[in-house]
Amino acid sequence: MAAAEIDRLIRLLARLPGLGPRSAQRAALAMLRRPEVLMTPLAQALLECASRIGRCRVCGNLDSRDPCTICSDEGRDAALVCVVEEVEDLWAMERASSFRGRYHVLGGTLSALEEVGPDELGIGRLLARVAEDAVREVILGLGATVEGQTTAHYLAERLRPLGVTVTRLGQGVPIGGELNYLDEGTLDAALRARRPVG
Amino acid sequence: MTARLVPEPATPVAGEAAGAVSRLELAAFRNYRRLELAVTARPVVLFGPNGAGKTNLLEALSLLTPGRGLRRARLAELDHRGGGRFRLRARVETVDGPREVESWHDPENGRRVLAVDGAACRSSAELARLCAMVWLTPAMDRILVEGPAGRRRFLDRLTLALYPDHAARVTAFERAMRERAHLLRSRRPDPVWLDALERRMAQAAVAIAAARRDLVAGLEAELARGVEGFPSARLALAGEVEEALGRMSALEVEQWLAGRLAESRTADAEGGGAAHGTHRSDLLVFLRAGEVPAAACSTGQQKALLLAVLLAETRLRRARAGDWPVLLLDEVAAHLDAERRRALFEALVAMGAQCWLTGTDAELFRPLFGRAAVFHLNEATLREHG
Ligand SMILES: [Zn+2]
Repeated sequence: MAAAEIDRLIRLLARLPGLGPRSAQRAALAMLRRPEVLMTPLAQALLECASRIGRCRVCGNLDSRDPCTICSDEGRDAALVCVVEEVEDLWAMERASSFRGRYHVLGGTLSALEEVGPDELGIGRLLARVAEDAVREVILGLGATVEGQTTAHYLAERLRPLGVTVTRLGQGVPIGGELNYLDEGTLDAALRARRPVG
Repeated sequence: MTARLVPEPATPVAGEAAGAVSRLELAAFRNYRRLELAVTARPVVLFGPNGAGKTNLLEALSLLTPGRGLRRARLAELDHRGGGRFRLRARVETVDGPREVESWHDPENGRRVLAVDGAACRSSAELARLCAMVWLTPAMDRILVEGPAGRRRFLDRLTLALYPDHAARVTAFERAMRERAHLLRSRRPDPVWLDALERRMAQAAVAIAAARRDLVAGLEAELARGVEGFPSARLALAGEVEEALGRMSALEVEQWLAGRLAESRTADAEGGGAAHGTHRSDLLVFLRAGEVPAAACSTGQQKALLLAVLLAETRLRRARAGDWPVLLLDEVAAHLDAERRRALFEALVAMGAQCWLTGTDAELFRPLFGRAAVFHLNEATLREHG
């Protein structure tokens, strides 16, 4: 059988999303066959990310700066905030590249079954930010899943007393779809067609 | 136990026959290690002893549509006992030409994956739009006399064949209901969160009820035309959401239902589930002549009533979507008398919908010989008959 070091590597890789035991084994062997090309640079990148990347204390984005590059960019409208579920949704919005406001990354959606409530999502932090930073409009860029829409409804109700305009992305977001899956044209159209939440 | 059947040269399936499955491959599925089968849009007869794999083959076909298939099995039950995860591949003749539909048990995440033409299916609606399947199995023999759950499943399967979003909406309703039930059991449930979940339930329920109402109205129109040799069925929906849609607008019903759910929080926290919603609706079936409830009819008559509904559904899908649904009739022929059996075969051949029929005795299907592909199935091995 494999050496204990290799075994440990495979077990760690297999814990990553999208990698089962077999693909973990394939990845480990590929690295071991070409360590200087595939393994050492990866190890360095991992260490760098581990030591330098953290959550932005304002928006929850992942960056080497805190506040993050987006939150520090004076050219971006601080009064316009788009709420998304995950960092990959933020990246999807950035790829669509028509959005010049800032973000709030929840890190998930409300789910009673998975014990994720308003506290776990830091919704209080979002409400405080909206109240303190004179936010004019909050765009709810959440997925069309049951949890995404429940979270959107919840946020709209909580934001309403603060007197901020709350909108959601327009047409084109499919049922059960997530923002991350949308192509850029669709996402851009959805952003431009955003509608007030009733 | 390897079955491989070299097909006759693939007959091009005309637009007339859109909806049919023209090719099916199974790997490590139930008692099949491997099976390849090519057929046309004509009826397909599978006969052979019990345990040969007839129902398994129909189950594989049923998994080409969203859901857990005609046995509502768990994924692990579908894998071959000798090892390996199952994989299905089929060619479906859609109105827009042939499509390759695949489904397999993904070992990496333990889920059933669906793909069309090599690309993963992102929504169940995408698949439901491509092809529709409806079925009748021995497990459904008593759905007209038992509780409403079986009839509701039957109704929702029929509805899905016309409303590709229906399965996703039923799932969304159930998901929101489970979330709400869980939240109600927590120590101090957040009322705004409950509002949000009840609004999701109400939205999904209105869409579900509206689709069911439209389906039943469409079926009623088809059933009123009658099917030769079959008793005429009459259908009605019993359910507060469906009924409310008859007197209020969809938006009003949504608000009304969300309100009813908010009122029933205390009771639902104790009882679990939800006191209101489309999960409590029922499909009522009558013998049209004399309005006799189906539960009061003989077993044979009940089967005939269900078949009449399936045949009406077949015509309705053809009229609305331009293609035919695939009919899976497991052990149905044996329970019909000779005259009704002949009426069923004639109706199937006349309609042009692909139909898969199973039975233990080839003689039952004699009226179909020459007009159907007939296979003898034994120990997961297919042999062309005659
Ligand atoms: Zn930030």
